[in-house]
Amino acid sequence: MGAVSRSNEIYIERLNKSYSQQQTAGDLHYIIQDVDLVVKGGEFFVLLGPSGCGKSTLLSLIAGFVSKTSGYLRVGEKEVDRPGQDRAVVFQQADSSLFPWLTVRENVEFGLRMKRIPAARRKEISDRFIGMVGLKGHENKFPRELSGGMKQRVQLARVLSNDPGILLMDEPFGALDAMTRRTMQRELVKIWQETDKTVIFVTHDIQEALLLGGRIGIMSAGPSSRITDIYEVPLPYPRDIAAPEFHDLYNRIQAHFDE
Amino acid sequence: MSKKLRKGPLQVLFWIALIVIWQLVSLIYGPEILPGPIYTAKGGYELLMDGTLLQYIGISAYRVLLGWTLGSLVAVPIGIIIGKVGFIRTFAEPFLNFIRFIPPIAFITLFLVWFGIGETSKVMLIMYATFFIVILNTFTGVLSVEEDKIRSARSMGASEWQIVVHVIIPATVPYIFTGIRLAMGTSFMAIIGAEMIASNEGVGYLIWNSRLFFRTDWIFVGLICLGLMGFLTDRAVGLLGRRLLARYGVVSTTSLKR
Repeated sequence: MGAVSRSNEIYIERLNKSYSQQQTAGDLHYIIQDVDLVVKGGEFFVLLGPSGCGKSTLLSLIAGFVSKTSGYLRVGEKEVDRPGQDRAVVFQQADSSLFPWLTVRENVEFGLRMKRIPAARRKEISDRFIGMVGLKGHENKFPRELSGGMKQRVQLARVLSNDPGILLMDEPFGALDAMTRRTMQRELVKIWQETDKTVIFVTHDIQEALLLGGRIGIMSAGPSSRITDIYEVPLPYPRDIAAPEFHDLYNRIQAHFDE
Repeated sequence: MSKKLRKGPLQVLFWIALIVIWQLVSLIYGPEILPGPIYTAKGGYELLMDGTLLQYIGISAYRVLLGWTLGSLVAVPIGIIIGKVGFIRTFAEPFLNFIRFIPPIAFITLFLVWFGIGETSKVMLIMYATFFIVILNTFTGVLSVEEDKIRSARSMGASEWQIVVHVIIPATVPYIFTGIRLAMGTSFMAIIGAEMIASNEGVGYLIWNSRLFFRTDWIFVGLICLGLMGFLTDRAVGLLGRRLLARYGVVSTTSLKR
């Protein structure tokens, strides 16, 4: 267990990201500045912050989609410099990330096909994860035939089938209606508990953060955003919105965004 | 369904009305200026019987299909490379937008000098007419592939080559398809020009040559054949696209209800 956890650990020190071209230190316009963070293997960590605070940028840095300006960023034993199969990303928009020309099953099997895994084994794996996300019976549908919630389920099954150690989720339930979102949150926690993956989940919804996260990192408003506070959420799953401790934590976190 | 049932007879009615108006107008101006449908049909029958009409349609269609197919086959991979490689695009994009304003007809003399008076120069001209439209559409398609698709493929372990084959090309199919469909139109324009100036057969030759005998009815036969050839090939290409490429998001223009 110790070795597994270590490999799914994320270690970030004094991480900076700027999109401007000038390299003179004073003129750099930072999206995120001096971010320090350690996420342990198997942890469910939520990044909470206002819109435009650089949460997604931090996630893209961990994913390896964009390169850092300075600082240190390590996943497992390796410093991050490119995307890797140990880190899977669930995007905010299913429509822009799913492949509309592939069926649900073909989408879920995409990564396996790229690795040239034999068809029989692929089917075995895709059956398992399509079942896990509750899409059994929809295998041969195309994404355009699915609702928003179902499309996010496809995204989830698609990344899970590659067995990544880390799930990076960028407001994946932001575009869903409230009821579907509640269901998806519950099921995500269940899947996380079943699969023992490290999750970094980006959201601007305090309630969502409290329903999901073992720890919640608060990001300050950009530019030069950083993680200002980290809250432990010592409540058991499934979380009870009506519990006084839940309410208490909600108010304390809310206070960060009131000023 | 009931809508479809009513649309068929209306379309027939439209064409009948068009022919009746054509006939009436031709009666006013006389057959030399405007040959009517009956007169044109007689001319067409004449050409059909001596075999020239089918032969000319065949040769024109052959030139267009060959040049268009070859042009598309060359243009698609080039379009994908231009779309994928920013460095090449820096040089290719201005050049493409410069050359696409030069119509194929303007090149006819040069192509005759370069490729001879035989079939090669005509097929090359059609290729030219096809080439740049397909390249432009293809690389526009490549550029509009959503970043999230490429990123998700990459983090699922796809190599750069696999991303091109399994993400960029399938996502670009509707753009490529639109490009080759538009190119069919310019191909017809190019072949008629070429056949008028430098050919002894083909529908373009028919239209141009008929002036020597002042057979305006034959000109009309040629025009109608062109319209029909274009219409039928476009429908065929559209149908093929719908049948084979539906999963890539190729939709028919006729099914759009707005």
